[in-house]
Amino acid sequence: MTAATELRARQDRGRKVAQNREKWAQGRTYISAVVILIWCLAPAYWMVVTAFRDVGFTYDTSVLPTHVTLDNFRTAFDTSFGNHFGQALLNSLFIGAVVTIVSLLIGVFAAYALARLNFRFKYLVLGFILGASMFPGVALITPLFQLFTTIGWMGTYQALIIPNISFVLPLTVYTMTSFFREMPWELEESARVDGCTQGQAFRKVIMPLAAPAIFTTAILAFISSWNEFLIASQLSSDKTQPVTVAIASFAGAQPNQIPYTAIMAAGTIVTIPLVVLVLVFQRKIVAGLTAGAVK
Amino acid sequence: MATELGPTPVKEPASGGAPVHHPPKGVGEDNAIKSQGKWAAWLLAPTIIALGIVIVYPIISAIIMSFQKDAGLDPVTGLFTAGGPAGFSNYANWIFQQCAAPAGETVACPPGTLGAQFWSATGTTFFFTIVTVTLETVLGFWMAVIMARAFKGRSLVRAAVLVPWAIPTAVTAKLWLFIFAFEGIGNKLFNTTILWTGSEWPARWAVIIADVWKTTPFMALLILAGLQMIPAEVYEAAKVDGASAWQRFRMITLPLVKPALMVAILFRTLDALRMFDLPYILTGGANNTTTLSILVINQIRQGFNAAAALSTITFIIIFLVAFIFVRFLGANVVEQQTGAAKGKK
Repeated sequence: MTAATELRARQDRGRKVAQNREKWAQGRTYISAVVILIWCLAPAYWMVVTAFRDVGFTYDTSVLPTHVTLDNFRTAFDTSFGNHFGQALLNSLFIGAVVTIVSLLIGVFAAYALARLNFRFKYLVLGFILGASMFPGVALITPLFQLFTTIGWMGTYQALIIPNISFVLPLTVYTMTSFFREMPWELEESARVDGCTQGQAFRKVIMPLAAPAIFTTAILAFISSWNEFLIASQLSSDKTQPVTVAIASFAGAQPNQIPYTAIMAAGTIVTIPLVVLVLVFQRKIVAGLTAGAVK
Repeated sequence: MATELGPTPVKEPASGGAPVHHPPKGVGEDNAIKSQGKWAAWLLAPTIIALGIVIVYPIISAIIMSFQKDAGLDPVTGLFTAGGPAGFSNYANWIFQQCAAPAGETVACPPGTLGAQFWSATGTTFFFTIVTVTLETVLGFWMAVIMARAFKGRSLVRAAVLVPWAIPTAVTAKLWLFIFAFEGIGNKLFNTTILWTGSEWPARWAVIIADVWKTTPFMALLILAGLQMIPAEVYEAAKVDGASAWQRFRMITLPLVKPALMVAILFRTLDALRMFDLPYILTGGANNTTTLSILVINQIRQGFNAAAALSTITFIIIFLVAFIFVRFLGANVVEQQTGAAKGKK
């Protein structure tokens, strides 16, 4: 009898130790999670708070919003100091849209071939496309700079769109290739068996299934075009510059004073739509990112 | 994504799709591959042609340019000198830091000229690459391990890490410039009075911190994807066998996540080697933060051909690093690509 109680007591103690250890592990997980949250969000939060802060209190350090104003957003769009932020927003939208559409239109066929067909040199083609996406932008810039100067394309939209395709197209192809591989293509065959023509099978079965993949790829393509800075900083003019260049060269009333609050306002405008888009389609985007494995 | 689990993934000719009907081996299969090959050629043609125009043409053109002399005014005589074949002098300008002297012979580039900055820029680029990628790997791994655990609010953390990734690099640079401003929150928070962008090491660390903030989430997500492919039963079995947490990490997690990890490190390394936006906006390349990409951009307006030689050197460096990764460190990107989706059906 005593042996049995002792055993039970020991089991109880063991369970308690295990529980405590679990609680402790859970606690550490939460602490780490909070650290990650602060590390990732605090700088972004600081940008937004500063964007709404009166310019006279630029360096205010209170964590909560103080001296709230919308003036900075007005300053951001003000063109009297030689800034063209509004125009730049439209430029980025236009360039991003064209680059995304062209890359998708061309890339979707290549992705289909790479995912579905069997042919020689497949690995070579895949390697070439992957290599193309890792290609350094500076290696393109010099010849393009010279070429566009010669043919008078400096400061035109096509001078920005064409180089962007060089890194958006490979990204599009292999993100879509990995999405296409995961699609249930057997359904196409089943539809054919059920009496669909090949065209119908594609339109009614494959297209609806592929739509989310194509949409996600489009978001990733648009983001990478939207973020491009190196080529645009060299090949654009005041008229065609995208937002990244506009923000990098944002000038204030005094030449020696960086207008931080207005820049943070501009940064907020540029960032918020992306962040919302990314958070709404989080799952798909992470899948696309890790499948394609590209910044 | 089960195929990536084993150390030797099952290799099948990656048809990837659904091999619903297997034609009998022999003549029929050859014909099938031939007709598929024709289809593939048509479907791939637009992409290959487009990439040929936007990438292959500029590379070849840059290589040709790099062997040409820069036409321009002679700094001493003031006369216009025509271009012409330059041999390897543009490359010597960078690698051996030889500049053209007024009399026509070559001398060592005087300090301050762009030619004299080649090796320091190369050093800076590799310094940034090694430090940022190391920090990002360690921090990214830690974040991935946390995000792989089951706890309330996990989806919040997974969403939060996407925020730095989604912010354009140009905005990131301005944001950290503000944080590192003399009166900025960075100095107030740590009670320091550092002029961050004013001297070498603070400037370098400012770039590194901003880069790590921006790109660690990407690393974490890639590693997380690798972690999630490890079945929980493997850990259970190891626990039953009495493996400690450290042993489980070293003997199970690390080897099984290695393929995904290597690809993540490769991508980040190649990306860091071409780093431009952050240092260009944050420090303007001052105080020894000039990377190779910045040096190319600074050279462009002083002479296309020397810039072309430098961009070719940069390209070769990046290519070599990628080659070393794939050949010796086992970062098999293509296989990762083709293997990634096969098991997940």
